[in-house]
Amino acid sequence: MTEIQQLYQEVILDHNKNPRNFGELPSCTNHAEGKNPLCGDHIDISLLIENDVITDLKFSGSGCAISKASASIMTSEVKNKSILEAKELFEQFHDLVTCAKDKEIDLDKFGKLAVFGGVREFPARVKCASLAWHTLISAIDNKNEIAITE
Amino acid sequence: MSILQNINEIRNDFPILSEQIHGRDLVYLDNAASTHKPLQVINSISNHYEHNNSNIHRGVHLLSQRATENYENAREKVRNFLNAKSTQEIIFTRGATESINLIASSWGRKNINAGDEILISTMEHHANIVPWQLLCQEKGAILKITAINDDGEIIFEEFEKLLSEKTKLVSIVHVSNTLGTVNPIEKIIEKAHSFGAKVLIDGAQSVPHFKVDMQKCNCDFFVFSGHKLYAPSGIGVLYTKKVILESMPPYQSGGDMILSVSFEKTTFNELPFKFEAGTPNIEGAIGLGFAIDYITNLGLENIKKYEDELLKYGTEKLSQINDLRIIGTAKEKAGVISFVLDSVHPHDVGTMLDLDGIAIRTGHHCTEPLMKRFKVPATSRASFAFYNSFQEIDKLTESIQKVIKMFG
Ligand SMILES: Cc1ncc(COP(=O)(O)O)c(C=O)c1O
Repeated sequence: MTEIQQLYQEVILDHNKNPRNFGELPSCTNHAEGKNPLCGDHIDISLLIENDVITDLKFSGSGCAISKASASIMTSEVKNKSILEAKELFEQFHDLVTCAKDKEIDLDKFGKLAVFGGVREFPARVKCASLAWHTLISAIDNKNEIAITE
Repeated sequence: MSILQNINEIRNDFPILSEQIHGRDLVYLDNAASTHKPLQVINSISNHYEHNNSNIHRGVHLLSQRATENYENAREKVRNFLNAKSTQEIIFTRGATESINLIASSWGRKNINAGDEILISTMEHHANIVPWQLLCQEKGAILKITAINDDGEIIFEEFEKLLSEKTKLVSIVHVSNTLGTVNPIEKIIEKAHSFGAKVLIDGAQSVPHFKVDMQKCNCDFFVFSGHKLYAPSGIGVLYTKKVILESMPPYQSGGDMILSVSFEKTTFNELPFKFEAGTPNIEGAIGLGFAIDYITNLGLENIKKYEDELLKYGTEKLSQINDLRIIGTAKEKAGVISFVLDSVHPHDVGTMLDLDGIAIRTGHHCTEPLMKRFKVPATSRASFAFYNSFQEIDKLTESIQKVIKMFG
């Protein structure tokens, strides 16, 4: 695969075109907003948390293919996970997109998130991929501040 | 000299243009962000360090004299370039941003009072918004914004309506870095002056593309950055009419800007040194002088003629792409094509083009209010310099088509 094919895998292009869990969640218990000041990406995440489990979630906003696909895949992945599991997944994902280029990574253990394995080759795009995740964490913590990808 | 006929020679003056990017020839279309430097400029900097390096205005020894002479020579080149009356009106700064901040904090603090108005336009760079916002907050003054039409042109009638005796300053971009619009500054300045307002022109994007003339436009303040004019970064210029400079308090203070210091009283140095505290960017100023020599040699008329052709060709080519919308369609434009694609976010366009060796800028271009005006989160922007070729525009077009196909 070329670098570009690795970054924009079919799965990513598909999620970009048909994002899952896109929209509003009026019954939400938690909500947060995330922004990437550099490129103007903007995301809104709403969660329904019941007994420490994320039973439903939706996102809306505008952004590039990487950020939209990341949000879409993230929502599918953390649905019905406990808060603790979601946070663990965030840590794994963070490592996947930010670790050194030459670090060996076992993509198999990342499941659906593995499609973001190419992102670390593109430092300028790491923030796009991680915006949704940062916003998720801030929604879980119900912080009333705008998450930024720092 | 015809640029088209000498394009290969000209390109050879810019070593970086031979760089390979992801295994492809570099196609550099991000000149509005920063331009590349010709060998003449690069060599002037090494030459300074190899032969003349020393502090300026301070030494009796030969090196210091040489360095001072070269630095002051550069000031004279800038004066001539802008057609200012005197080198006393040319202040070296770090760039356009610092030049605007200097005016805001020195002239602005002294002259802007509660209830006064400062007038800017929708298409300003953040550098020409935030300093005025802060000043207005501090003074209880009011920041007014003059609107633009859908082509990205200032609506002159609206501008006239906003002017009044309360208007103390009009601060307008000469050429928009996002839209490429060339604003009718002479008309703006004349009208503003009739209300007694002073006028600052942000020339960061105009000086690289065509001749500007301080006597003809009669502005009070004019700012630009070296790095967008084929010179090093960290050097810029503030032009201010002498009568105004004479009434301005110092901006920063310290060495070089004083005549004499005792613990009781300090006498400030004469113009322009009063506004250049501390050791300046000596090699930057010298490099700027050489950059001005370089473009003067090419001829600004030739540069404008060639770049207008590039812009026309680029606009035609990009307009033929379905799905592509050009943002900024003013009648008078220079050097810039901003665009959005229906199906692909600018950030993805930027990454894809980069892998084809094509450097463009994507994002809000430090003009967030302007993005809001056009209801887009961001745009992709191709911006031209005289070293760009028609073939490079073909490559841009092909690459964009490839992107659309992949995301389509
Ligand atoms: C129109 C305009 N004004 C001001 C600036 C600020 O220039 P600098 O960052 O060199 O100070 C820029 C640079 O992007 C610009 O395009």
